Amino acid sequence: MKKTSVNGRIRALLSALFALSVIILISVSAWYAGETGIRADFASRNIPPSLSQWFGTDQMGRDMFARTMHGLTLSLRVGVLAAGLSVIIALTVVLLSGFGKLADSIGGFVTDAMLSMPHLVLLILISFALGGGTGAVIIAVAVSHWPRFARILRAELIQVRAAPWVEASRGFGKSRSFILINHILPHLLPQMLVGFLLMFPHAILHEAGLTFLGFGLEPSRPAIGIMLSEAMKSIMAGRWWLALFPGMSLLMMVLCFDLLASGIRRLISPREAQT
Amino acid sequence: MKSQTLFLVARRLLRLCALIVAVAFAVFVLLKASPFDPVNAYLGPAIAHVGPEQKMQIASIWGLDRPLYEQFLRWAGNLLTGNLGYSITYNTAVSEVIGSRIATSLILTGLAWLCSGILGFGLGLIAAAWEGHAIDRIIRLYCYILAATPTFWLGMLMLALFSVRLGWTPICCAGPIGVPADDVSFLQRIHHLILPLTALTLFGVAQIALHSRAKLIEVLQSDFIILARAQGATRADIILRHGVRNAALPALTVLFATIGEIFGGAILAEQVFAWPGLGRATVEAGIRGDVALLLAIAMLTTLIVSTGNMIADMLYRVVDPRLKERR
Repeated sequence: MKKTSVNGRIRALLSALFALSVIILISVSAWYAGETGIRADFASRNIPPSLSQWFGTDQMGRDMFARTMHGLTLSLRVGVLAAGLSVIIALTVVLLSGFGKLADSIGGFVTDAMLSMPHLVLLILISFALGGGTGAVIIAVAVSHWPRFARILRAELIQVRAAPWVEASRGFGKSRSFILINHILPHLLPQMLVGFLLMFPHAILHEAGLTFLGFGLEPSRPAIGIMLSEAMKSIMAGRWWLALFPGMSLLMMVLCFDLLASGIRRLISPREAQT
Repeated sequence: MKSQTLFLVARRLLRLCALIVAVAFAVFVLLKASPFDPVNAYLGPAIAHVGPEQKMQIASIWGLDRPLYEQFLRWAGNLLTGNLGYSITYNTAVSEVIGSRIATSLILTGLAWLCSGILGFGLGLIAAAWEGHAIDRIIRLYCYILAATPTFWLGMLMLALFSVRLGWTPICCAGPIGVPADDVSFLQRIHHLILPLTALTLFGVAQIALHSRAKLIEVLQSDFIILARAQGATRADIILRHGVRNAALPALTVLFATIGEIFGGAILAEQVFAWPGLGRATVEAGIRGDVALLLAIAMLTTLIVSTGNMIADMLYRVVDPRLKERR
C-alpha cells in the first residue's frame, strides 16, 4: 500500500513487455546474423572487442557477437523445451497424487528422492545414461527440475481442496477425478505459467553448466557453455573477452526472464507479489 | 513429549534409509541403461587386441550377463561391506580415490557453505533492518543478479582478473605445481583457497540472504516487537535481541536445504579452478565412463544431501509447530 495499485500493475506490465521484447530481439538478431559470423576467418584471429566487432573474435577468427547470439537462441530453445517438459511432469505427478492418501505419499516419496541428490550430479548421471547430446540435456534438465515446482503445486492443491466450493461439490457426490479436473486443475494452470518462467532461468543456467563440463550439447554447436569452456583455455593467454561477453549476455537474458516472471506473477496474483 | 520426538526422529531415519535405497536402485538402473560399454571402457586402446569371445569372458567374470536385480544386489552387498569397486580412470580402488579427495573437497565446500550462511544471514539482517531504504534495495538487487549469474563464469572472470591480469592469486590447483600435497604450507593452502572459496561463497549467499530478509521482516511486524518498541527499545536492541533469535532458525533451515546446490556449484568451481576434489573426479568419471566411481560419488552425495534435507525438514517442525499437527 506504498503506491497505488494501478501504478504497480502498469509498471509490472511494462517491465514484462520490455523483457519480452529483449528476448524476441535476441532470437531475431541471431536469425538476421545468419551463418556469416560462425564461419572461421583466419585473417582476423583473436581481435579484442572494438566498434566493428563488439565482442571480439576467437582463436579461429569467428565473430563472438554472432556466436553469442546463436548461443542464446540455442539456450532459449533448450530452456523452453526443458522448462515446459518439467512443468508438465510436475503437474502430472501432483494431479496423480491428488487421487488419494497412498498416491500422495508415493508422490511425496518420489519428489524427496529426486531432491536428495545435487542437481548437477543428477544431470551428469542422466546425460551419461542417455549418451549426451541436445535431447539428453533437455530430458536431464526437465527430469531434475520438476520436484521443487511440484512442492509448490502440491501446497496449492491442498489449499484449493479445502475451499468451500470443492466441499460443496463433494457434497453433491462428485467423484475425486471430477473435482480434480473441473475444480482443481483450472486453479493450477495459472501457476504453471509462473512456474515455467521461474524454472526457465534455472534450466538454462544448468544447461550452460552441464555443457561447460562437457556433458551437454555437441562441441560443434555454438552454445554458451561450449564457448565458455573454449574460453577457459585462453584465459591464461589474457583473452578475457571470450569469457566476459557470452556469460554477460546469458546473465542479461536470465535477468530478463526473471523480470518477465515477476511482472506476470504480479499481474496474476497481486497479493502474492507483495511478499 | 520426549518419546514423541524420538518416534519422529526414528521415522525420519527410516524414511531416509528407504530414500537412499530407492535412489541407489534408480542410479544403478540409470547407469546400466547407458550406452557406454563397461568392457570397452575398461579395455581402452587395448580393444584392438581383444576378440569378442574374450570380451564375453570378461563380461561373465564381472557378472554382466546376469539379470539386473542380481547385479544390483551384488553391488549393494559390496557397497555395504565397504568394497566400492575399481576406478578405471585413476587405476586404483574407488575408496582410495574418494579417500584422497574428500578432504580437499570438504574444505572448499564446507567453508563456502559456512561463509555463505554467515554472510547471507548478515546481509539479510541489514536489508531487513533498513527495509525499503537504499541499502535494502542494493542488497536485493545484488542478490537477484547473483542468483542469475552462472557461478563458473564468475569464477572464470575472477581468474582472468586476479590471477592473469593482476597476478595476486595462483591460477590453479590446491597447492603450487610440482609440490607434493603433504609439503604445501598452511599459507600456500590459504592462498590457493581464496579464489575458489570466494566464488563458491558468492554462489550460496543470495538465497540465504533473501530468505532471512523475508523472515526477519515478518518477525519485525509481530506484536511483541511493537510492544518492545513501545517500551523504548532501540532498533539495534530489537534486531539483536528479538530479530536474530527468531530469524536464525529459519535461516539455518534454508542453509541445510541448500547443501545440494552448493555441491553442484562445487563441481563447477572445482572444474574452473582445477581444484583436485571430488567434483573433478565426477567429471572425469562421467567423461571416461567410469561407472564404479560415478556410482560411489552419486551415493556419497545422496547420503550427504538427503541427511541435510532431513535436518532441514525436522528444523521446519521445530520452527513451526503447526506442521506437526498436519501429518
